[in-house]
Amino acid sequence: MTAADSHDGLEAQFAQWRQYVQRRPELQRSDTEELEDHLRGSVDELVAAGLRADEAFLVAVKRLGGLDDLSREFAREHSDRLWKQLVLTGGADDPATDNRSRRDLLAMITCAAGAAVSIKVPELFGMTLEQDAAFYGPNFALFALPWLAAFLAWRRQARPALIGVLVALFALGAVAANVYPLADDSQSLVLTSIHLPIALWFVVGLAYVADDLRSSRRRMDFIRFTGECFVYFVLIALGGGVLIAFTIGTFEAIGIESEGFVSQWLVPCGVVAAVVVAGWLVEAKQSVVENIAPVLTRLFTPLFTAALLAFLVALTWTSTGINVEREALILFDLLLVVVLGLLLYSISARDPLVPPGLFDTLQLALVVSALVIDVLVLREITERITEYGTTPNKAAALGENVILLANLAWSAWLMLGFVRRRAPFAALERWQTGYLPVYAGWAWIVVLVFPPLFNYL
Amino acid sequence: MKVTKDLVAASATPMVLGILADGESYGYAILKRINELSAGELDWTEGLLYPLLHRLERLGHVESSWQTVPGERRRKYYRITTSGLAELAEQRRQWDTVVNALREIWVGPGDVRRSAIPLADPA
Repeated sequence: MTAADSHDGLEAQFAQWRQYVQRRPELQRSDTEELEDHLRGSVDELVAAGLRADEAFLVAVKRLGGLDDLSREFAREHSDRLWKQLVLTGGADDPATDNRSRRDLLAMITCAAGAAVSIKVPELFGMTLEQDAAFYGPNFALFALPWLAAFLAWRRQARPALIGVLVALFALGAVAANVYPLADDSQSLVLTSIHLPIALWFVVGLAYVADDLRSSRRRMDFIRFTGECFVYFVLIALGGGVLIAFTIGTFEAIGIESEGFVSQWLVPCGVVAAVVVAGWLVEAKQSVVENIAPVLTRLFTPLFTAALLAFLVALTWTSTGINVEREALILFDLLLVVVLGLLLYSISARDPLVPPGLFDTLQLALVVSALVIDVLVLREITERITEYGTTPNKAAALGENVILLANLAWSAWLMLGFVRRRAPFAALERWQTGYLPVYAGWAWIVVLVFPPLFNYL
Repeated sequence: MKVTKDLVAASATPMVLGILADGESYGYAILKRINELSAGELDWTEGLLYPLLHRLERLGHVESSWQTVPGERRRKYYRITTSGLAELAEQRRQWDTVVNALREIWVGPGDVRRSAIPLADPA
């Protein structure tokens, strides 16, 4: 063995050791470098004492002691490192990631600023938030979501074809929101205000999955993104509430009225910018912070199951039947959405290879009880509709109910197969991700087809 | 004879500060120096030394800098600060008190053999 060979071998061993050590969260890059220098000092001395390079390496590593003990000692001094910190810019170990996160931050600020400015642009044409609710209602999502989609498309370096599709879809949304002659108090206006954001959110999804539209994994990522985005948005909104309270309170103390500024500038600009910021936060923290939505799911699945079962028992006990008003239908729609959310986010966090357990059975119970309740509600509703005729609201609510029911019914079937170990878990995951276009399609139908279908009612 | 872990831990800070008071140094050299000074009796590990150095740096008693040494290797050097020197003086005062008190007990004035503890290791 030549000296050069032995040198290369030693370097390879050092590289391996480095990789091994860097996997420890307690040990940062600089610590690894410091320890490596120590190791090299030790090796040099042993070689000088007459050992061969590889022998010296073994002895030196042995002297360094077990990595477990070492990292435990480091963790005692640097306990903060065990709390995964979200380093937004700077301070990251790796200059390449650092550079990237700084560019991300710049792009996010540009997009958030763009959103904040864009919502004030209609004022140049004489629109005001207070008087033109019929304009801002359906258009609100158009001031926020295109900017988020732009940020995501930029981050993923989307192909020109995809960018074209995104632009076309947002334009279509703008057309749907503004072209139909809807009265200020029409049902369709409210429906569009609710469904256009949903339809556009799926356009954001298109920007999110960018590279691989058909991949089930990427669609699942989008579901995760949606959940985390929602959680972050709520957190930002809470912080915003505190900010508003202090702004109004402190300025009032010196005799300046700030309500106008808050309602005209702070809230609208803040909300649209917060959407972009929330999306950016989710992207930035992806692998750093534990996902929150699945944790909430774990917490609330048993509670919702208990509540629904109690409702079913009470319903059969009292035998009064469900009082079905229009509000009730929406309430039960929302209930199905919550159940579906609980199902989706526990799927999103589940290892598909783990065998079925108690939690899966619990979830099956949740879905089945929601289904039973919904079938009861649906029976009442269809009777009402055949009796009194339909309106856009009823048709939309009914359509949603049917879509959610179909999804949950098949999910329950697949879960039953999984709990009885007849079907793989992946089937359930594929079913959910494959169903996403159905929601998008329905939202677009409500926005585009409903107004003319119901004579702009 | 090996010094117990507790005693090693208690004396670690003044020892490191004392070595750094002689001039800047780096981890491996500090460990070697401690080995020399105690003739290998003090059982210091890397897991003790490096976190301690980082703690002293956080407290502002030492400061560190990366320097390139011959052989194209980066090495982290530690240097004692004024606050570190003050801390060393304070630790030294405390240790002197402890050592003096022990000496008083073990070798009292006029009674050298009062202590029941054998001073020399029988082995």
